[in-house]
Amino acid sequence: MEFMPNFKLYRPDNVDDAIKIKTEHAEVRFVAGGTDMIVNVRRGIEQPQCLVDLTSISNMNDITEVDGGLEIGANVTLRNVQENKFIRQNYPCIAEAAGSVAGPTHQQYGTVGGNLCLDTRCLFYNQSEWWRQSNDYCLKERGDTCHVAPSGKRCFAAFSGDLAPSMLVYEAEINVVGPSGSRRIPLLELYRDDGMAHLTLEPGELVERVHLPATLAGDPSRYEKARIRGSIDFPLAGVAIRLRKGKSNAVEDIAIALTAVNPYPKVISDLQNLIDGKLSEDELDFIRDTVRKQSKPMRTTTVAPWYRRRVVGAIARRLAAELSA
Amino acid sequence: MAEVKNKTNLSCTVNGRVSDNIVSDSLLLADFLRETLGLTGTKIGCDGGECGCCTVLIDNAPQHACLTLAAKCNGKAIETIESLSEESRLSAIQRGFNEKLGAQCGFCTPGMVMAAEGLLRTNPDPNEQEIRAGLAANICRCTGYVKIIEAVQSAADELKMSGQAL
Ligand code: FES
Ligand code: FES
Repeated sequence: MEFMPNFKLYRPDNVDDAIKIKTEHAEVRFVAGGTDMIVNVRRGIEQPQCLVDLTSISNMNDITEVDGGLEIGANVTLRNVQENKFIRQNYPCIAEAAGSVAGPTHQQYGTVGGNLCLDTRCLFYNQSEWWRQSNDYCLKERGDTCHVAPSGKRCFAAFSGDLAPSMLVYEAEINVVGPSGSRRIPLLELYRDDGMAHLTLEPGELVERVHLPATLAGDPSRYEKARIRGSIDFPLAGVAIRLRKGKSNAVEDIAIALTAVNPYPKVISDLQNLIDGKLSEDELDFIRDTVRKQSKPMRTTTVAPWYRRRVVGAIARRLAAELSA
Repeated sequence: MAEVKNKTNLSCTVNGRVSDNIVSDSLLLADFLRETLGLTGTKIGCDGGECGCCTVLIDNAPQHACLTLAAKCNGKAIETIESLSEESRLSAIQRGFNEKLGAQCGFCTPGMVMAAEGLLRTNPDPNEQEIRAGLAANICRCTGYVKIIEAVQSAADELKMSGQAL
């Protein structure tokens, strides 16, 4: 067990101050609940001179209904998302995903913003200092080789947040604020395919709130993840599905997003052929195979990639069958 | 030269008593409780957030003392296992663990008891599923959990019968 390194903690009560502190100092990181960041600091994966705690910023704490849609502040806890009636009714897989993050204790103080910005994870990265050192570190941190794909030049650490896929199937947007003002972007644009730097945030920028569209409110959805310890763990593979049925049970709209099997949350493409049809065995097999094909699990967990690819397809198929029944 | 640590004023209540201290910014709540205040009932079992041994209540909600910076607890009410017994009498949950054999080596017990305390405060009449869900972030290597669940169940029953919900 490592001791905590020395750092300065700032606790600004407004976004502007938070951004100012972030841009004025070197080696500074934002922290919210801290359920992942504090572990990483303790293990020496992050070595900040300063931490800027965002949880005292008061205007990021609310869940607000706006014209039938919803705004969720980045500081809202996972527990509050899970228990929110409007979310449970109108965006059910988001509540489900929030309730599946880590264990119940983490959900009391882990936040929406923190889960969306969760660092990517890898078997060779999320380890103690001596473990990483005896392995000569890795590409993502201090080393020069990716132990997952030693001949490659890139990092395959997997994005493992549970909320992102559940929000992506509802076409969520986010407000990003930074030194040059505020911008609203699709949640999908927060991520890029790079395990080393999977967030597109500019220096000093932070996620302020999430917007969920009114147009999709009420669509049925599910989220489920496979994990090693059922009671508390990161996903080995996670699937969110939103499926709206129209007349005589035909598919009116369907969206699927994955977590933990790529360096970014993956929205599944090529599902348009399912629209207006029914989901019989052939279509469900098609969903399973499409999901498997588009997921790219690597050797980033103790569980083999082939198993995670099978599992992610199986979950997608089962959830689709449930929602279309 | 010794490294100069960044310090913050921490004024909170711990087990109902006001505590005013100057703490290092990087001090974890678990170390503050154990080392600064000598409240060693709170245990540290893993390197961060995985075992639940360090569970304490912060403003009534169970949280990991090993992942919480002490400096973030300014103005908060912290409760540890030491606060539960009253004049040397065990609390209902502690009695449940004792009578139903919910503790073996006892290392996970303070965290289990505090998680159960948090659970019964919000849900005084949990079913087995709810008890399992409420304690899911706490790991026990000895008991196999069955006895722990019975302990919480019996505490809930006792509180209900005596009309003293937490
Ligand atoms: S010591 Fe294991 S969760 Fe805190
Ligand atoms: S009683 Fe030994 S770990 Fe739970």
